[in-house]
Amino acid sequence: MRINGEDRALAILPCLSRMKIDMPSLPDLVCPAGSLPALKAAIDHGADAVYLGFKNDTNARNFAGLNFDQKNMAEGIRYAHAKGREILLALNTFAQAGRVAEWQNAVDAAVDQGVDAIILADIGLLDYARQRHPQQRLHLSVQGSATSYEAINFCQREFGIQRAVLPRVLTLAQVEHVIKNTSVEIEVFGFGSLCVMNEGRCWLSSYACGESPNTVGACSPAKYVKWDKLPGAMETRLNGILIDRFGDAEPAGYPTLCKGRFDVQGDTYYALEEPTSLNVLSILPDLIKIGVRAIKVEGRQRSPTYVAQVTRTLRAALDSLRDGSEHFQVKPAWQAELSKVSEGSQATLGAYNRPWR
Amino acid sequence: MNSQFLIPKFKLPNFVARIGQKLPQWPHALALVGALNTALKMKLLPESELTALEDKLFHVRVLDTGGEAWYTFSQGLFRPVFRPQRAPDLAFAANLSAYLQLLARQEDPDTLFFNRELEITGDTELGLIVKNMLDAIELPKLPTLPFASR
Repeated sequence: MRINGEDRALAILPCLSRMKIDMPSLPDLVCPAGSLPALKAAIDHGADAVYLGFKNDTNARNFAGLNFDQKNMAEGIRYAHAKGREILLALNTFAQAGRVAEWQNAVDAAVDQGVDAIILADIGLLDYARQRHPQQRLHLSVQGSATSYEAINFCQREFGIQRAVLPRVLTLAQVEHVIKNTSVEIEVFGFGSLCVMNEGRCWLSSYACGESPNTVGACSPAKYVKWDKLPGAMETRLNGILIDRFGDAEPAGYPTLCKGRFDVQGDTYYALEEPTSLNVLSILPDLIKIGVRAIKVEGRQRSPTYVAQVTRTLRAALDSLRDGSEHFQVKPAWQAELSKVSEGSQATLGAYNRPWR
Repeated sequence: MNSQFLIPKFKLPNFVARIGQKLPQWPHALALVGALNTALKMKLLPESELTALEDKLFHVRVLDTGGEAWYTFSQGLFRPVFRPQRAPDLAFAANLSAYLQLLARQEDPDTLFFNRELEITGDTELGLIVKNMLDAIELPKLPTLPFASR
């Protein structure tokens, strides 16, 4: 009988393993950290991976007082690895002419620190990393601006990238098309502030103040930003250029040119885009179904509190999909938590549900 | 953050601010400076960023209590300023509940700023340094009180 019992158990095994393959696994939840407390908040609230940057312009959130030195990063990596989570290092700016060695040193330092993957945008650095550290896992940054599977497969062939982060300009159908035509893991944005999203190619900030993510690692650096309180209103200026004027009851946004209200032929309005946040809660089952491998949260410039709030909300939503998506419902509490921390206090599905391409 | 108690958003009645403004303001400044210097002594504030605060003038206003405090950082210590002679380099203004939510790490400063519950004026870069410095503080783990646990 026991033999029969074992036989039966063995016969079930292939079925079970096939079921597992048929049912896509949950994507990794990738959360931001600008400080050690933020990193720990992400891990404690259920992030599968945390991404972070060095304290310099090799990453696009080079803001005063933010990011990690060697000591903090080592502690962060220890903390994450002790709980079986990953640390991804964003080295997502383009090496400046005459200073290429600084970016190459940052690649070497990241490898020495023992990060699980380096997120790169610059193909020169991707090539350097591949040649110098062939064992290191590499991801293609959203700043690499690869929106087609041809571009992604090129980076796989030439630099061995294992994952690509898609720019926030593709519809859900386009994301699916990319996934079907590449073996590179695909990561997409799930929550966070949106900008004009000319990712890796945006010079708007330089137009106003001569500095942008591609030159100093920060959009609209704080030293150029001025908030002026007037009776009944607040004005934001970027290097003297009036970006917006908020009434006392109006929500505010980040002081970037793309989110400004401008006078266009006699009409004053958000000429490029309104301050808003991406929120994919309602299409999570679709993202899983099409095989998205990781979901990223924006916001390394935000506090540990934000990281905790967003991480635990998305963790709860993803976990509710562990047994399939038939009964998935966006809980009002999740939506409320994410709306509260949104820039401009409003959320959209961004390009994902755009009817046009 | 894992305790059950959440600080609600509230605004004290207007008369509180009217009375508060008439009270002496030095106790606020002394209390705030005392807390900041304690954080300094516990080495919670990163030295690399503290240099950016040297001789800067800070102004913190609690709108609905009418309380305010002026202080500066010089020669390694936070010091109250009782008779400010110039405009502050950095000024914060918010209702008491917003400050309490920030201190308890219940709300994030950007969230409060977007929602117009926290006003930051003056040198924006200095504001960012202060914000990021406070965010980077690892709060000592407090023992869980019996009535606060699940």
